[in-house]
Amino acid sequence: MHRLKKIFATDSYIVPLVAIVMGFLVGAIVMLIGGYDPVAAYSALFKRVFGSPYDFGEAIREMTPLMFTGLAVAFAFRSGMFNIGADGQVLIGMTAATLVGIQLAGLPSFLLVPLAVIAAGLAGGLWAGIAGYLKAKRGINEVITTIMLNWIALYLSNYIVRNFLLLKGQNRSEDIPASLSMTFLNGVFDNARVHWGTAIAICAAIFFYVYLWKTKQGYEMRAVGLNPNAAEYAGMNVGRNVVKAMFISGAFAGLAGAGEVLGVFHYQSVFAASPGYGFNGIAVALLGLTHPLGVILAAILYGMLTYGAAGMSFGADVPPELIRIVIGSIIFFIAAQGIVRWVLKPFYLKRKKEKVS
Amino acid sequence: MDLLTLGQLLNTTLVFSTALIFAALGGIFSERSGVVNIGLEGLMMFGAFAAAVGGHYAQDAGLGAWAPWVGVLCAMAVGVIGSLIHAVASITFKADQTISGTVINFLAAGSTLYMVKLFFDGAGESPLIDGFKKVSVPVLSKIPVIGEGIFNSYPTTYLAIILVIVIYFVLFKTPFGLRLRAVGEHPSAADTLGVNVKRMRYVGVMLSGLLAGIGGATITLTTTGTFAHNTISGQGFIAIAAMIFGKWNPLGAFGAAVFFGFSQAIRNYVQLFEWSKNIPQEFIFMIPYVLTIIVLVSAVGRSSAPKALGEPYDPGKR
Repeated sequence: MHRLKKIFATDSYIVPLVAIVMGFLVGAIVMLIGGYDPVAAYSALFKRVFGSPYDFGEAIREMTPLMFTGLAVAFAFRSGMFNIGADGQVLIGMTAATLVGIQLAGLPSFLLVPLAVIAAGLAGGLWAGIAGYLKAKRGINEVITTIMLNWIALYLSNYIVRNFLLLKGQNRSEDIPASLSMTFLNGVFDNARVHWGTAIAICAAIFFYVYLWKTKQGYEMRAVGLNPNAAEYAGMNVGRNVVKAMFISGAFAGLAGAGEVLGVFHYQSVFAASPGYGFNGIAVALLGLTHPLGVILAAILYGMLTYGAAGMSFGADVPPELIRIVIGSIIFFIAAQGIVRWVLKPFYLKRKKEKVS
Repeated sequence: MDLLTLGQLLNTTLVFSTALIFAALGGIFSERSGVVNIGLEGLMMFGAFAAAVGGHYAQDAGLGAWAPWVGVLCAMAVGVIGSLIHAVASITFKADQTISGTVINFLAAGSTLYMVKLFFDGAGESPLIDGFKKVSVPVLSKIPVIGEGIFNSYPTTYLAIILVIVIYFVLFKTPFGLRLRAVGEHPSAADTLGVNVKRMRYVGVMLSGLLAGIGGATITLTTTGTFAHNTISGQGFIAIAAMIFGKWNPLGAFGAAVFFGFSQAIRNYVQLFEWSKNIPQEFIFMIPYVLTIIVLVSAVGRSSAPKALGEPYDPGKR
């Protein structure tokens, strides 16, 4: 009990919570200015998420890739890198899962599904590893390479789908026989597309925590992230850690791709533009303060908001884009903690005075 | 199908490059002062949106050929306002600059579409406007190839090229430029010598908003004519790449931006040839991005970012 009190007394937990409330307030003000009813809009948002088992399941589906890409971006952050390329890594992972799932369709599913998932993780990891390698060996800024690799991934995966996996006459691949769907939950969630990816994502978050904070390798990685020069002086191989960190980061993103094609769509589309998983991942990582537990919570919040946004436009006629303003504001307040502390200041003073008397 | 001439290829290259040049120049101002600006994409979005809306109302008001310029002014203003969010968070409140830049991207994506729907009765894009017309420079436009390629462009393209030179001189030949760079390289030394670090950084970030705003505006005013959710899709990030590629130097960034514009243009150009039918279109689309990586690997060594880039200035810290 005492420990619990301590946790809630520290700033680090209060600030994000206050930031979330302030973000919603900003959204409400923007709605008021636009002549909408914020109360109706927010209640429509939550009704959409919690209104029916189907919607709740679909909201979970929405959260899953965000967990993965959030973890991917956060992991790279912890190792001192900015991975803007989660988007491309998701696509490459997707393509690998689709490719394995369709080409090796003869295998029994207890072999086929794990193979497809592993292929996705490996492919995403190797794709990000390119950026890591170029940074380690040639000193090329990973921001620029991952941006370029996003576009290359988009076209490469479209090429593979269109030339090797295409369903005749359609702009998508054939159906993938491998499936990650949790069909046994169909009754509970009314056929919402829930899948094992969610469980894998939570395992990934646990791996993230254990690896970075409980192993020697993770310690090195964090040291490189905090100060590469000091790490090198201490005898750590900075280049190898950079490549490894990017590989793990990309593997997380690749798994998101596996979840989407094997668990949700069961085929892969030809994408006209980047689907944007990676950019949402940046927001999730930042919301979650780049800590695995935080990332999972942030993905839940973010997934709820984006899924609920559609309900907001049905229920209260508010453009769903509003939710991006809310999310942007929340991240803003979390980043600029000074503002939140300033808002909280009167409360702190009050508390101190009470103690004195 | 008539074959595009070399002049036309050059001309298309410049059309694609213009927005990138503006945004990359903006990025240079911000990052030279020590503030990472991952928010260029969002700032361009603000600019594209403001230009579409401002241009639309100016056109309705009967301003005719001046309407696009009103759009540019609006884009500059909104770009600066957007960049102030970044400046307040990252300079005054010492927030992580990458995070507050990402915030700009989010707020821009959300608020611009929200406002488009608000202004135009729930429509997904702003009404189509006329935008800029190409202007031929007398005499010079008669030169073969170059005349058609360069001296028959949109006014914004001329402005971009002039600005590259002006900004080069401002950065490297004026006291202001020296101070701006000093603040980005070694803020405490600059502070000791009496430069107001925070103010300089504010100026740098606001200039980046102004220029990225114009960059966004050129896209609506010369290419699309409207603002929709996909008007700005990645150009800001390409501009960041151009800035890094060009080593935070206006001339370098200009070269890189033209390179990206050229690879965009050539991708349309190549498709006109018969032999290109044998190459899958996806590989043609990939050209610019693969080329960039190859050029980076072979040509440039360690990237030379401003030393204090990304660090909030804290006078009490050693």
